[in-house]
Amino acid sequence: MIHLDHVTVTFPDGDSRITAVNDVSLRGEPGTVTGIIGPSGSGKSSLLAVASTLVSPDSGHVWIDDVDAAQLTAKEAAVLRRERLGIVFQQSNLLPALSSFDQLRVMNHLGGRASRRETNKVNAKAAELLAAVGLAGQEHKRPHQLSGGQRQRVNIARALMNDPRVLIVDEPTSALDQQRGAEIIDLILRLSQDMNTATLLVTHDLVHLPRMDAVVEMVDGRLSTARSTALVTV
Amino acid sequence: MFVAWRELNFARGRFALLASVVAMLMVLVGFLSGLAAGLASQNVSSVLGFKADQIVFAKPADGQKLSLSESAVTREQFDTWVSASGVDAVRPLSVQQSKMSSPDASTTVALMSSTRGKGTPVPSDDSSVSVSQTAADELGVAVGDRVTISGSDFKVAAITDDAWFSHTPAVWLSRDGWLKVDRSGEFANVFLVNGSADWEAVNTSASTQSASTLGSLSAIGSFTSEAGSLGMMVALLFAISALVLSAFFTVWTMQRSADIAVLKALGSSTRALLIDSLGQALVVLTAGIGVGLALVLGFGALAGQVLPFVISPFTTLLPALVMGVLGLAGVAFALKSITKANPLSALGGNR
Ligand SMILES: Nc1ncnc2c1ncn2[C@@H]1O[C@H](COP(=O)(O)OP(=O)(O)OP(=O)(O)O)[C@@H](O)[C@H]1O
Ligand SMILES: [Mg+2]
Repeated sequence: MIHLDHVTVTFPDGDSRITAVNDVSLRGEPGTVTGIIGPSGSGKSSLLAVASTLVSPDSGHVWIDDVDAAQLTAKEAAVLRRERLGIVFQQSNLLPALSSFDQLRVMNHLGGRASRRETNKVNAKAAELLAAVGLAGQEHKRPHQLSGGQRQRVNIARALMNDPRVLIVDEPTSALDQQRGAEIIDLILRLSQDMNTATLLVTHDLVHLPRMDAVVEMVDGRLSTARSTALVTV
Repeated sequence: MFVAWRELNFARGRFALLASVVAMLMVLVGFLSGLAAGLASQNVSSVLGFKADQIVFAKPADGQKLSLSESAVTREQFDTWVSASGVDAVRPLSVQQSKMSSPDASTTVALMSSTRGKGTPVPSDDSSVSVSQTAADELGVAVGDRVTISGSDFKVAAITDDAWFSHTPAVWLSRDGWLKVDRSGEFANVFLVNGSADWEAVNTSASTQSASTLGSLSAIGSFTSEAGSLGMMVALLFAISALVLSAFFTVWTMQRSADIAVLKALGSSTRALLIDSLGQALVVLTAGIGVGLALVLGFGALAGQVLPFVISPFTTLLPALVMGVLGLAGVAFALKSITKANPLSALGGNR
């Protein structure tokens, strides 16, 4: 479960500050996908940044299950991210030196040396997830040997490696054509349900909205609730 | 080290290049250290062998530095030192460079005379000499052979371990034997003193000036300038290797700053990232230094036959260790950007 409770985020902008997220409250339940839409610069990425503990809010609470991420130090936030959050980036930010298989396995090494005892479990999990995103047989390929859609699939599998409670996805289809994009959205919808994650998904593409469990629209840093509910039935 | 090893493999060309640079620097450092130690040993090894607690010089004129070959001490000063309380032994030492010949060859040697003691293997009669190994080799003489010094004949009574003074091999004469070849007419150049006395007080009453053995090395020929210039080259090479490593890892870390941001966004601890990068650097350093050391040992064994070259832990392991530590320090300096990398930049919209 993720619960943003009256969250406000500002960024320095010259001498003053710009309010990117303005008193937003939002709740995402396990096994559901909440779509977030809105014009460019409306604060969607900032909302995801605060939800994924990459920025702390100026005010408000960011509940990840029973933990208020707004209260955590940077170090504690990093631990929370690797243990409870999955993040899918807009670009498929994979590490160039790593095979697909290792892109997933690295998740077990983020806190330092991983225990050997877990190696088998981790390997099995990585293989299973790669198969789940349709990449069985591509385990050994490095990012430059994969297509854009395949890279995004690795990205999604990586985000799910540590059984996250919350999955955060920022415009996963922007670099893909219509067909690949639709497949990626399908995958996220299916895996969110299978793995019971509370998923927040920013997208430009309105055709996907009907399949989301909820949709919110951001305008100027605020949630425009009036249109938000209606959009689900577009 | 999960990511670090895979990067090493992925960018192995670049890392191999860096390791070869480190190896070459290590070769240079090793050669210069070995050479510096070799030259130093050819300069001062006999003096180090005396195991004297103090070496006593005549007080130099104002503004002059101590110089072993120019110092001249007197019989009276000798008596003062001998009778000083706390002084256990005083050996007068005379040194001069001279030509020594055998029937087949001739070479320049450091003639030394003293009374018998540690590092002063003086022969027992005035017509014998003790010849150090290198001098014996150069002249092709063995025990019992005859040699000529300044027109006087001597018998080779013993061949001793290598000992050097001012880049010439040492040859020992008794005090009486010395009188046959001495050109200076002085009592001795310096005293080798053992014991534990109030050195200051004795120096004052004898109008001498003394120093420990190590402190006296600067009074020997070109020791200071040799050790200084070679030492400076070695220090420069250390600095260069630290800078090269620092520069490489600065660029390397910058190149993958996006990756670092991603790893941080995924929840990597900064500590783990730093350890990873330092580990990576350590692998490169170890490989480079290891290869460099192997080359130094290999070529050093060859060079040792024609050059004054010393292979010892002091000229190999120590510089290697210093190089490793300074290299890591240089790398650590380059890793600031890891601590600073902002995971926020990994999220799509802000790139
Ligand atoms: N790190 C930052 N520093 C300063 N200002 C920022 C930062 N991130 C976002 N902003 C500002 O906050 C506002 C919201 O930006 P945000 O990236 O959240 O918009 P967005 O809805 O994701 O837009 P897009 O659809 O173009 O990705 C913008 O005015 C932006 O300039
Ligand atoms: Mg955005």
